[in-house]
Amino acid sequence: MSKTAKAEKKNSSKMPSQEAWELRLYVAGQTSKSVTAFANLKKICAQYIPGKYHIEVVDLLKNPTLAKGDQIFAIPTLVRKLPVPIRKILGDLSDTERVLVGLDLRPKGDQTA
Amino acid sequence: MKSLLPRGPRRAYVKADREESTMKTENGQAKSKAKKLRPLDKISSGISGLDEITGGGLPKGRPTLVCGNAGCGKTLLAMEFLVRGAVEHNEPGVFMSFEENEEELTRNVASLGFDLDALSAQKKIVLDYVRIERSEIEETGEYDLEGLFVRLNHAIDSIKAKRVVLDTLEGLFASLPNEAILRSELRRLFRWLKDKGVSVIITAERGEGLLTRHGLEEYVADCVILLDHRVNEQLSTRRLRVVKYRGSVHGTNEYPFLISKDGFSVLPVTSMGLDHPASSERISSGVERLDTMLGGKGYYRGSSILVSGTAGTGKTSIAAAFVDAACRRGERALYFLFEESQNQIVRNMNSIGVNLEPWVKKELLQFHASRPSLYGLEMHLLTIYDAVKKFKPRVVVMDPVTNLITVGTEIEVRSMLTRLIDFFKTEQVTAMFPSLTTGESSTSEIAISSLMDVWILLRNIESGGERNRGLYILKARGMEHSNQIREVLLSNHGIGLVDVYAGPTTVLTGSARIEQVGLEKAEADRRKAQMDRRQREIERERGVTDAQIAVLKAGLEAKIDELNQEITEETLLDQVNAKSRFNMAANRQADVEPKSQKPRGD
Repeated sequence: MSKTAKAEKKNSSKMPSQEAWELRLYVAGQTSKSVTAFANLKKICAQYIPGKYHIEVVDLLKNPTLAKGDQIFAIPTLVRKLPVPIRKILGDLSDTERVLVGLDLRPKGDQTA
Repeated sequence: MKSLLPRGPRRAYVKADREESTMKTENGQAKSKAKKLRPLDKISSGISGLDEITGGGLPKGRPTLVCGNAGCGKTLLAMEFLVRGAVEHNEPGVFMSFEENEEELTRNVASLGFDLDALSAQKKIVLDYVRIERSEIEETGEYDLEGLFVRLNHAIDSIKAKRVVLDTLEGLFASLPNEAILRSELRRLFRWLKDKGVSVIITAERGEGLLTRHGLEEYVADCVILLDHRVNEQLSTRRLRVVKYRGSVHGTNEYPFLISKDGFSVLPVTSMGLDHPASSERISSGVERLDTMLGGKGYYRGSSILVSGTAGTGKTSIAAAFVDAACRRGERALYFLFEESQNQIVRNMNSIGVNLEPWVKKELLQFHASRPSLYGLEMHLLTIYDAVKKFKPRVVVMDPVTNLITVGTEIEVRSMLTRLIDFFKTEQVTAMFPSLTTGESSTSEIAISSLMDVWILLRNIESGGERNRGLYILKARGMEHSNQIREVLLSNHGIGLVDVYAGPTTVLTGSARIEQVGLEKAEADRRKAQMDRRQREIERERGVTDAQIAVLKAGLEAKIDELNQEITEETLLDQVNAKSRFNMAANRQADVEPKSQKPRGD
């Protein structure tokens, strides 16, 4: 899981983008919910903000101190660090519509669709 | 239990019911098993009084629910539990707050003398503020609260915490729309905390008809403490009640509690029994004659003394003398004032020669002045209790105790005084209660007098156009005491008691007494003078008699002398006559020779 994340990170960091999306997915170990959330996230990003995103996966079991910074209490939680304002999306991101609303992508999604 | 159950997944209820019922049967058998099993481990809550009510503290390694309305001191109780644990019992603690951030918390409890920054630096306390902004959050699909677990776990492990506070978990209900997830996660959380072996306090808001707004008692059923804040006739009283304590006996009453500058304190005086020690030591009342009246030795230590009287009869003076005597013995004294200020009483007592100021400076005497209406009876009781616990006096005065009646009803005052006296006796504190009465003996006086060991009555005696103070002892348990009325004299030399003039028909005090005493003295003087005069007369008579005797004696002696002279002369004459007769016979050459003489020689 973390390996995938790192790989993704490298890929995305090389991507040129005028509007960078900083996304951070908090998980606690490789639970089914976390895996689902990561898969859903990648799918949504690839579809709606291709090339403009940067996903960082934080495993709280390894770095418990990081939970405090973003005020994480639920797992999995997706935090949109950039663009501001910060948004938090709880859950396995299976409801794409709500994820888009949460990420403020809904109007854009309408246009692209 | 069932009626208390709130909304939520049905599954949870069923489970809860089952848990509850198994617990009940366990409890039923617990009594027979109890001898074999180890009793429930408890940890000191660190809150004064609470350990006494709960018989040792909160359940160790289990969660305790503290619920109550806004502003009744939940957070404070929880914080004190944590801080005292960290400081006094070397049990580090984690405070997870859902309402206030670290800085606010630190500042809020700084007023109680808790330095959270220092404790955090010493790794004794970890503060973790969990901020949940509803507006920032979107829910999509399945999730759990593992993040919270991770944070809590990390915090606990980082300082090896033994105590945890979750203040107020119900913040989650407001922030997370999915209550089903929340409830199942909370259940998991408490199970997890129990497994972790930490002692937890969870705070919750009081709900309508429920102990908590969201039915948290469903999950935390080991120990439930209810805090209450009631306003009665504009006076507020905080109260605490242990609603439930599984596996332990506990006081079931509502106990008033106080949040003072030293933190939380609960007053479990109602739980006290009548088994306080009875000392046979006697202590002086500070007034010599009063000691004499009380069997010559004064009051028993630890007794309660009621000094009742109408306004201006010298109650405070008697109390001040008592306090002064205690300080002279080097004992500490606590003086509660409900009418006067400290400066006022010190000045006033100076006028009767009782100087209290040095004792205040030597920290032997402490004054606590407060208006009775400042707060409710329970609060007064608690303040008194608190002050006595801290200052540890041997002597306490509550002046005047009757002023408290303005705060509560007679029944309440009586109940309060009962507890207070029980408390004083347990602490072996001798307490004096000056009591202001209006008439002869008011009902309030009668109500409280049965609680008292000694009852000194001061009263005004009006006669001859003036008012004087009379004192007598109505009762003094367990000692011989005088039945006489004494007059109290207040002068700048102190308090004096003098005998009143008790004549056959009347009792005289004041000027009348002095006049009577004067009259009696004049009479006595007169009689004494008379006696003296008679004595002198007799003395003189004796002198005259003696002189007469001497004269008579002298006369007699003179007569005896004269007689002797005559006898001598007579003898001489006889001899001369005989000689001359012989000579004459010789001359006449009488034939008859004189018998004895030979005239030849001649």
